[in-house]
Amino acid sequence: MIRRFRLPLTGSGGNVELSGGEILVQFLKDEGVEFVFGYPGGAVLHIYDALYGQDEIKHILVRHEQAATHAADGYARATGKTGVVLVTSGPGATNAVTGIATAYMDSIPMVVITGQVPLPVIGSDAFQEVDSVGITRPCVKHNFLVKDVRDLAETLKKAFYVASTGRPGPVVVDIPKDITDPKVRIPYTYPKTVAMRSYNPVVKGHPVQIKRAIDLLLGARRPMIYSGGGVVLSGAAEELTALTRRLGAPITNTLMGLGAYPGTDSQFLGMLGMHGTYEANMAMHECDVLLAVGARFDDRVTGKLEQFCPTAKIIHIDIDPASISKTVKVDVPIVGDVKTVLQDMLKILEKEDARLDEVALKKWWEQIEQWRATDCLAYDRDSELIKPQFVIEKLYEVTRGDLYLTSDVGQHQMFAAQFFKFDQPRRWINSGGLGTMGFGLPAAMGVQLAYPDQKVACVTGEASIQMCIQELSTAMQYHLPIKIVNLNNRYMGMVRQWQEFFYEKRYSMSYMDALPDFVKLAEAYGHVGMRIEKPADVEGALREAFELKDRLVFLDFITDQTENVYPMIEAGKGHHEMHLSNRELA
Amino acid sequence: MRHIISILMENESGALSRVAGLFSARGYNIESLTVAPTEDPSLSRMTIVTTGSEEIIEQITKQLNKLIDVVKLIDLSEGEHIERELMMIKLKAVGPDRDEIKRLADIFRGRIIDVTASTYTVELTGPGDKLNAFIKAVDGGSIMEVVRTGVSGIARGERSLGL
Ligand SMILES: Cc1cc2nc3c(=O)[nH]c(=O)nc-3n(C[C@H](O)[C@H](O)[C@H](O)COP(=O)(O)OP(=O)(O)OC[C@H]3O[C@@H](n4cnc5c(N)ncnc54)[C@H](O)[C@@H]3O)c2cc1C
Ligand SMILES: Cc1ncc(C[n+]2csc(CCOP(=O)(O)OP(=O)(O)O)c2C)c(N)n1
Ligand SMILES: [Mg+2]
Repeated sequence: MIRRFRLPLTGSGGNVELSGGEILVQFLKDEGVEFVFGYPGGAVLHIYDALYGQDEIKHILVRHEQAATHAADGYARATGKTGVVLVTSGPGATNAVTGIATAYMDSIPMVVITGQVPLPVIGSDAFQEVDSVGITRPCVKHNFLVKDVRDLAETLKKAFYVASTGRPGPVVVDIPKDITDPKVRIPYTYPKTVAMRSYNPVVKGHPVQIKRAIDLLLGARRPMIYSGGGVVLSGAAEELTALTRRLGAPITNTLMGLGAYPGTDSQFLGMLGMHGTYEANMAMHECDVLLAVGARFDDRVTGKLEQFCPTAKIIHIDIDPASISKTVKVDVPIVGDVKTVLQDMLKILEKEDARLDEVALKKWWEQIEQWRATDCLAYDRDSELIKPQFVIEKLYEVTRGDLYLTSDVGQHQMFAAQFFKFDQPRRWINSGGLGTMGFGLPAAMGVQLAYPDQKVACVTGEASIQMCIQELSTAMQYHLPIKIVNLNNRYMGMVRQWQEFFYEKRYSMSYMDALPDFVKLAEAYGHVGMRIEKPADVEGALREAFELKDRLVFLDFITDQTENVYPMIEAGKGHHEMHLSNRELA
Repeated sequence: MRHIISILMENESGALSRVAGLFSARGYNIESLTVAPTEDPSLSRMTIVTTGSEEIIEQITKQLNKLIDVVKLIDLSEGEHIERELMMIKLKAVGPDRDEIKRLADIFRGRIIDVTASTYTVELTGPGDKLNAFIKAVDGGSIMEVVRTGVSGIARGERSLGL
């Protein structure tokens, strides 16, 4: 049953009559959307027809819907704008779920438009029908099923608004095929504003709480700042840097927060948590006042909760009240946008011209320098094998840090986080919360599309890269000169490491036989491939690759198979119980 | 601790499953859940009875508030409130039991709403423990069917949950 009716033109005569498909496309233009990452299918054919023959919205045709979501996600992380995805019903929607969940866990603004079977057949197990709203409900910030074409524009506006404000996240808009029927045309005007009585994120921090936080900070003798992805999302790197310098306190970043404070600055102690530095974790353990900024006390960060910051009073700034005191009870909660709250804090500090106790701070820094002297990231530089850490160090040197670096998931991700110094936010792009292998390459495509003239690399492993390897074809189609840095240890290294430590070296299924020849594979897709087997060749290969400015280069580094990521805190242990290489330290 | 959380939410299809899904996904307890539209048909009022430590209840209310469809909520147990539940209970009523049941229903201020030669159906309203007490008071063997609505609640005095 197809509904065929024309709705009468209402009121303001200037309005054009558009079909649902055309409304969608026109809305995206009006919303300022640049790219749509997608893949066609039956339920979205009307929409694809409306996209045809226009070039304001650039549609990027991926090779798998998972990659569409990761590419939109990479685009969003690099630019701060909302990533947009368009997929068909059924398998199109289910393929997108991994990428939606990835964006959800890391609070990334994204709007995913899924086609749906026509309204009259919903619920009848129609061809390619799945309950997309039901399937995605637990991994979206919100989702909508559009039941009337007259609601389409407003629903889309709400979707973009919800996705990009407050704590950002993915929003799914499920559109039945008959809603985009070219025969049903209605007047369209772009809804410029949106009001939702049930959704009003708090931006401004409570002044009383802010004052309490400042008093607590000023009384600190061993202060510590722990900041996370919320600072990047809020665009508050500048404010965080100003506050940290002003206080003279040490600072650590979570995996998601890297770049929010300059990685090359001496007040920066490196990443904290399971694979964080000795100095960052020890400073967490010993501090007396902890300022947590846009971070969510994840279990990879806190370790054993009973031993988390045992001597500290904790201040927590977060836009999501549910993040506050979720796992760790805090003393001064501040609900609000990081940028706004930090600005308010800075103003008060300026006005009062207040400083921390200098003598105490000096003593604290002396202690920290002792921890730092442990050189916890040391590795064997004389090895005849290529060490993964060495490749990352060279990558940093060769690019002088001027790089957008995406990552897959595993040891290579941790080495990148530890050894690449990010001085700016939005440069380090990885899946932290869900830890999605396959994220790196499509995310790099999204970044490269956003910044065609910037250097973009993807650090990956031979297992991760194969999860979205088909995207080499997309990268060819759109001429994306990404540099793929494959740290090929012929193992699912991160899995192998846990099996070495906790399963008496029973390497169950962490070894992949029959790896492809990545050089030939890259060439088969029309790209450049290189295999690098000796440490002496690492730098040269990287230089050569980056000189090939308009080519994707797949650099297959054959690395030490047995290298492990250190330091390491076992799951469920405290910050002071780190393994530092094979030496023990507690 | 037992808490009664009262929620004002958009009367949208799917809103109920968002709440139910939240409880199951995060492993929270639901003792009962009732929902119906209010005088404003665009809004639904939901009452959830749940149990958990202070920390869990705090998370539950925060997570509920985070749902886009939730307009407002209060934890009724934080103040004085009234809770009511409706029960319909069908009982075998033959011989001397018939009088006994009728007397019990009167004591509990219940009403007999359906009668056959061998059964009584009693309607009873009150806080949950009153209904429990009635169930306990009748002879277990005579209960044929129990239907309860779950708890609805409202705050006493001026306190109210509205837009
Ligand atoms: C193999 C592997 C190993 C890992 N090891 C580590 C490790 O050693 N160390 C580590 O740190 N992580 C590690 N992670 C990542 C970890 O799983 C978490 O993803 C990460 O720690 C979470 O970072 P975050 O706390 O900054 O939170 P995010 O997920 O970035 O959350 C951001 C927080 O900021 C808030 N927020 C958002 N926007 C705003 C705003 N405008 N204003 C205020 N607040 C806002 C949000 O509400 C949220 O609470 C690892 C991941 C993998 C896959
Ligand atoms: C989709 C998915 N499946 C499984 C995992 C579990 N996992 C985490 S790391 C890892 C191994 C990654 O191997 P590789 O890409 O070679 O990286 P390495 O650790 O060797 O650097 C696996 C299987 C995951 N994170 N994601
Ligand atoms: Mg590997």
